Amino acid sequence: MSVATFRSSITLLTVLAVAACGGKPAPEEPAPQPAPTQPAPTPAPAPTQPAPTPAPAPTPAEDPAAVAARTTAAVLAEVGAVVHFDFDKWDIRPEDRATLDRKAAILGVNGGLRIRISGHADERGSDEYNLALGNRRAAAVKTYLGNKGIDASRVEVVSYGEERPVSMGHDESSWFENRRAEFEATAGAMNLRLP
Amino acid sequence: MTFRFTTRCLTLALVAGAAAPLAAQDTLQPPDGVRIGIEYRPGVRPAIVILPGRGLDSARAILTRDLDYSDRFEVIALAPGDSAALAANTGGRTVNYALFRTLGAEYALEVVADGPGATLRLHDIAGGVVRREQRYTFPAPFDVGFRMAVHRAGDEVVRWITGTPGYAASQLLFVADRKLYRVDSDGGGFAQVSAPGEEVLSPAWSPDGRRFAYTRFGAGTGSIVVQTMASGQKAIAPGTSVALNITPAFSPDGRLLAFARSGEDGTDVYVADVAQNCCVQRLTVGRYADNLSPTFAPDGRRIAFVSTRAGTPQIYVMAADGTDQELFAPFDFGATGPSNAPEWSPDGASVVFHRDVSRAPQVFVLDVAARRVRQLTSAGRNEDPTWAPDGRHIAFVSDRSGRRQLWVIDSVTGRIRQLTFLGQARLPAWSRRFTDPG
Repeated sequence: MSVATFRSSITLLTVLAVAACGGKPAPEEPAPQPAPTQPAPTPAPAPTQPAPTPAPAPTPAEDPAAVAARTTAAVLAEVGAVVHFDFDKWDIRPEDRATLDRKAAILGVNGGLRIRISGHADERGSDEYNLALGNRRAAAVKTYLGNKGIDASRVEVVSYGEERPVSMGHDESSWFENRRAEFEATAGAMNLRLP
Repeated sequence: MTFRFTTRCLTLALVAGAAAPLAAQDTLQPPDGVRIGIEYRPGVRPAIVILPGRGLDSARAILTRDLDYSDRFEVIALAPGDSAALAANTGGRTVNYALFRTLGAEYALEVVADGPGATLRLHDIAGGVVRREQRYTFPAPFDVGFRMAVHRAGDEVVRWITGTPGYAASQLLFVADRKLYRVDSDGGGFAQVSAPGEEVLSPAWSPDGRRFAYTRFGAGTGSIVVQTMASGQKAIAPGTSVALNITPAFSPDGRLLAFARSGEDGTDVYVADVAQNCCVQRLTVGRYADNLSPTFAPDGRRIAFVSTRAGTPQIYVMAADGTDQELFAPFDFGATGPSNAPEWSPDGASVVFHRDVSRAPQVFVLDVAARRVRQLTSAGRNEDPTWAPDGRHIAFVSDRSGRRQLWVIDSVTGRIRQLTFLGQARLPAWSRRFTDPG
């Protein structure tokens, strides 16, 4: 959750960085979220009902702002869900496809949302090679989202290699936890909608 | 190997003999040709004793260790109260050669206080003569530069006897707890180099030892910084201000910096002109493979690097302009483990790297001419090797003591010693020999 918090300074930096390194001139789009350039074919299986699951008991007098904040938090939690990888691999595992499909759907209905994917590796393997491997993993996720219609300019890719383990053990389960891609919203993370 | 060694020593003896009259301070006694074959018996290390004396205890201790760590000699230790020590104390040309001959010593090194420094006198025990004498200026002990000045003298003593200098006057950069440190070749002079809060990866020395490059790691991205050691002045290497730039390596003339950049197309090797701060050129186009960890041949004409083009990372080589890419270190497809972290030896004859054996990395050396590999380590995990300036010793990271520390192995004898004793240490880079102060 905290990973996915919105920070305006980072947003600006990210937009600049994307503009600097991306081949296409990335449109700077801060607050007014324009509709996605393409209709964004939402392959999400989610029904289009306006009132989805997270609203618990429909309190009639609830502050709409509170509802929006809760929805945004729920969306960001889904955006931030981690996916894992097999040893020395960067293919998307079949069991992670639903997680990524859901992220693609969220990006599809929230045209201003931009994310950063960070690839990570376990402690095995060369420190330096693991930076390249983490980059491969993040790029593979970006490619997957791209195939679901998410524009490349909205997704930034970075790698931490084995520099930021989440589990400090030296066993299979720790290594599995550490072979991962993390997701962070870098812009447009306010007033998010569920697909 | 044996043949080459002998030839080199013979050549040196002839050159040194011819040059002797030109060197003003040089008291070289031309060795008689008959004894050369005896001194350089292949596989037998000559024994040397460091004579005790007044003052300069720290210099004598440093020299003793340098000669020991050179792995070129059997260093004979004398206890302080030893009768041999007493017998030696007269020094000068009255050294008791007969006594040291019975100890099996072939050389004795005498260190005599001489103004702000010392005179080093190498006695040839068998011949009963002073082979070489040289005066050195040392800063005061504990002054900056004292240890390195003594190391330089020690490297010269190794050269007097073997024909090639030692590697003591050198330092290693390495990473511990995300910070950059340096340490002398003998484990002394330990100091933090990186600024507070700076996260450092993959340090690399410039050939003259005055600068180094490293990845300043940020939020999953990183620039390559070129820093001047003495002034601390920093510059971002051209073409590395965006994305993740890793594994820098200087060209032998110090003008070019090769590195790898990770982006959405994968990781590829680039080269930039750091002398003119321009001219970034891409050398590999990986598409579905990563290319990283470039290392220049000492003639600057070829670059060895890691590529995943065959699946697992392996060691490849290309011309310095990126053409003629081919496999360098042979491997069995599907059987040989990943191979990483190559570094070309200072003499150009070898490339050291690490390769996984039963999922644990081990240090290997590639014979460049024969294209054959030889495994050097087997205990624990051993990785990220780097050549000492003598092209014979190799520092690497090993967990054999329980934690990842730097160790040094002599690739000829296999003798091994622990260099650092910290929480953990990794990614070492050994400098070339520091030949002048600074």
